[in-house]
Amino acid sequence: MKASNSLWQKELAGKMPDALAREIDIFETEITLRKQGKLEERLFAETRLRKGVYGQRYDNGQRHDGRKVQEMAYPSELTKGLNTMWDAPGMQRIKIPAGGLNAHQLETLAELAEEYSDGIAHVTTRQDFQLHYVHIDDTPSLMRRLAAANITTREACGNSVRNVTACPYAGVCPDEVFDVTPFARALSKFLLGHPDCQNFGRKFKPSFSGCGQHACGLASMHDLGLIAVQGTENRERKIGFEMYVGGGLGAVPYQAKLFDPFVPPEELLPLAQAIGRVFAKYGEKKNRSRARIKFLIQDLGIEKFRKLVLEERKNLPPDPRWTEYVESAAAFTEAPLKPAGNKPLLGSTDFQRWLETNTRPQKQEGYSVITIALPLGDITANQLRALADVARRFTNETIRTTVEQNIVLRWISQNDLAELWRALQAAGLAYPGAETILDIVTCPGTDTCKLGISSSRGLAAELRKRLAEKNFQFDEAVQNLHIKISGCFNSCGQHHVADLGFYGVSRKMAGYAVPHFQVVLGGEWTHNAASYGMPVMAVPSKHIPEVVTRLVDRYAAGRKNGEAFKDFIKRIGKAELKSLLEDLARSPADPTDRSIFTDWGDPREYSLEDLGVGECAGEVVSAVDFDLAGAEREVFEAQVAWDNGQADTAGRLAYQAMLLAARGLVKLEYPNISQDSDQIVGEFRTRFYDTQKFFDPFAGGKFAHYLFAAQQRSQRPHTADSARYLIDEAHLFVEAAHSCYQRMGKPVGV
Amino acid sequence: MAVMQLQHVNVKLLVKNPEEVDLGPLIPVFHSWIQGQIMEELLLDVADYRHVPAGPGVVLVGHQANYSVDNTDEHLGVRYNRKTVVNGSNQDALRQAMRASLIACQRLESEPSLEGKLRFNGQEVEFFINDRLLAPNRDAARETFHSDFETFFEKLFRGSEYSLSYTSELRKLFGFSLKTSRVFATADLLANLNA
Repeated sequence: MKASNSLWQKELAGKMPDALAREIDIFETEITLRKQGKLEERLFAETRLRKGVYGQRYDNGQRHDGRKVQEMAYPSELTKGLNTMWDAPGMQRIKIPAGGLNAHQLETLAELAEEYSDGIAHVTTRQDFQLHYVHIDDTPSLMRRLAAANITTREACGNSVRNVTACPYAGVCPDEVFDVTPFARALSKFLLGHPDCQNFGRKFKPSFSGCGQHACGLASMHDLGLIAVQGTENRERKIGFEMYVGGGLGAVPYQAKLFDPFVPPEELLPLAQAIGRVFAKYGEKKNRSRARIKFLIQDLGIEKFRKLVLEERKNLPPDPRWTEYVESAAAFTEAPLKPAGNKPLLGSTDFQRWLETNTRPQKQEGYSVITIALPLGDITANQLRALADVARRFTNETIRTTVEQNIVLRWISQNDLAELWRALQAAGLAYPGAETILDIVTCPGTDTCKLGISSSRGLAAELRKRLAEKNFQFDEAVQNLHIKISGCFNSCGQHHVADLGFYGVSRKMAGYAVPHFQVVLGGEWTHNAASYGMPVMAVPSKHIPEVVTRLVDRYAAGRKNGEAFKDFIKRIGKAELKSLLEDLARSPADPTDRSIFTDWGDPREYSLEDLGVGECAGEVVSAVDFDLAGAEREVFEAQVAWDNGQADTAGRLAYQAMLLAARGLVKLEYPNISQDSDQIVGEFRTRFYDTQKFFDPFAGGKFAHYLFAAQQRSQRPHTADSARYLIDEAHLFVEAAHSCYQRMGKPVGV
Repeated sequence: MAVMQLQHVNVKLLVKNPEEVDLGPLIPVFHSWIQGQIMEELLLDVADYRHVPAGPGVVLVGHQANYSVDNTDEHLGVRYNRKTVVNGSNQDALRQAMRASLIACQRLESEPSLEGKLRFNGQEVEFFINDRLLAPNRDAARETFHSDFETFFEKLFRGSEYSLSYTSELRKLFGFSLKTSRVFATADLLANLNA
């Protein structure tokens, strides 16, 4: 789409980390191959998902315009996945490990939001950023610019290890056991692209918390939850983690189970790796709705799961990365820019309100963490730049995103709070009411998500508007309630762990589809999301603001001393809740009132015609599929190099292609195979040539000999002729590897 | 540095009495544009950012371009954001974006549900080039493109005086705001463009 797309690679050469640059080059080649019809749709879909390139609503080429389903006449008929049109705008997810950012990264995000999206960057409930309405042809340039700012989109979607989240107050929270930040970063780096994490049936989400009592890390609802703890060994204090596995929201939420009460730092990475192996080996691959690790743990039982993981752990080949980070992690610290100060006592009402809800003292005396409450998680390009300026002016760029779709700045000298507030106010970033009933969390819902049933963002905007008018009339208990909204049952808005949760459903009224929300009450946000709420009833979307009003008023009037909302709901019981809300579940008394047939912020008559197939689950593509696709890509690159007169590079790439295909097959039997070419060829010979598994029914072992010969001459330079022959042989070898794999029947769990 | 060229031209026509403009009614209007596919571009979706201060407002997302009533920098205006490449010269790219923004603005001015509240103020236009590589916000881009702009505005304003002020904040997109000495209606400017 962008005229500059062909120029960024050269422009940023040498400015990106080599590994990221290479990955993006590969992705760009895969785009080229897909356009040439040389990469199949399913494989390309999972490939792009693993780069964070996600589908968006209406990308099947159809949209209900309020009267009829309209075919969208995209210029190209090419697809980027099943029923997913190439030219349809998509979403780009950007991973932010532990939510940590610096000012330059904010500025980069601002540029990308302007140039490739619609001027808005969106903070997600897993501390990522998302850009919407992005064209896939722009994604390599976008990724290169991120890479130059040391940000990756790799494995932001798809069946992979997603962003490693962490408490945004880690390191400054008075209640934490220790700062989990360096451990979260180490785990993120270690698992990124790890070979043992490439073959999952579904996504895998890790999270870190600095303590057990607060919500910030949400360990209980993650596939892998880690809570900082300390123990003693020989009378010495030793830090470690309570390790939880198998938590998750989704349609049916699961609380994570305790895997180990104390995992020392040096065992954190290998145990995570072993868990990855067990998940890859035994996790469900065919039935997507039961492919998360929580189902595997449920089926096996935590004891058997633990046993399998520990056995796997014993068999892992040692990796120096397991421990080499530990020393630096222990020494990790952030420094303030300004000296400690004193909290201001005076100021305008607006300032005092902001001070009350958007600042919290750090454990380091004289400093505060401030929260920038982002409406619906959205921030403009100009605001990102303004925030970068603020971060440079008041801090050492200690910025974090939060799971409540906000941004925090840490290490603010309390002397600077008033000045900082004024700077934020000038940028429209000083909304009070952070982490209160006003600070509503919502997934994208029907705005952009293919699975959205109701308009979660539309509802959130409406509630926010109404609650803003009276928020500061509420008492503290009401102010501290949490509202979270999902557009469907998949829980991306985390409705299960809210006091007042809502998720989108559809019901028929008078023969027409009507957008509804299921009301879910009494979830627990604190204690790392310790308990989940209870569905009460489905109510038309347009009646939800009244539901909130009644519940809030009833709680304010009827709660007993210090009673939490969850306990209040439990005490009054479902019968009273039903009588309180049941009239709202009905059609309006006035039959001419058509408002319930539309959703918030969307004047079209409501329809389910726009529902698509979600891509959260990604495509189940085995690691061998990826290796073989990678081998094909290398052959393609070899051809390009040969066409450009680079014979030696072409020959080397052709040989690499054969090695990659051979290694993929070897991994079926020997997952620990290294990258060493001698070992790959040796293992391939023993396991696939000597056993004749690789033999073609007609050509026998002929194609394997291409590899053996290529290995023997691998140290010699290539001429144009020798490279040409080798490219042809590589083609045949990769084809033979495909055939071999098909004959082996693509075993599940590989 | 890449060869500089004018692509991805954005034009924003600032509106009269912005405090009187309610962005809510624009949402059904833009949906109706999609229903009728009334513009030259393929129209896809409506994005509502009214909750963000000084933000993109309400955006009609298209394949080749986005239309919006945009409040960036608290300057409310009808904005055209060209996303795909426009073949031809720099003059062609400028003309295409200006024409599209004027047509959109004219439609909104005459949209009954907006009750005539959204109108071009007749004097203020902002231009941005939404590609930092092709048009970096530096002196070099100003020097390269200034004569293109002069040629274009000479024709557009029929020799009327105008002042042009480039965006000074270097992190922002290369662009400028422009104010004419006389007041133009959208129809006048369209006629000048087509002359």
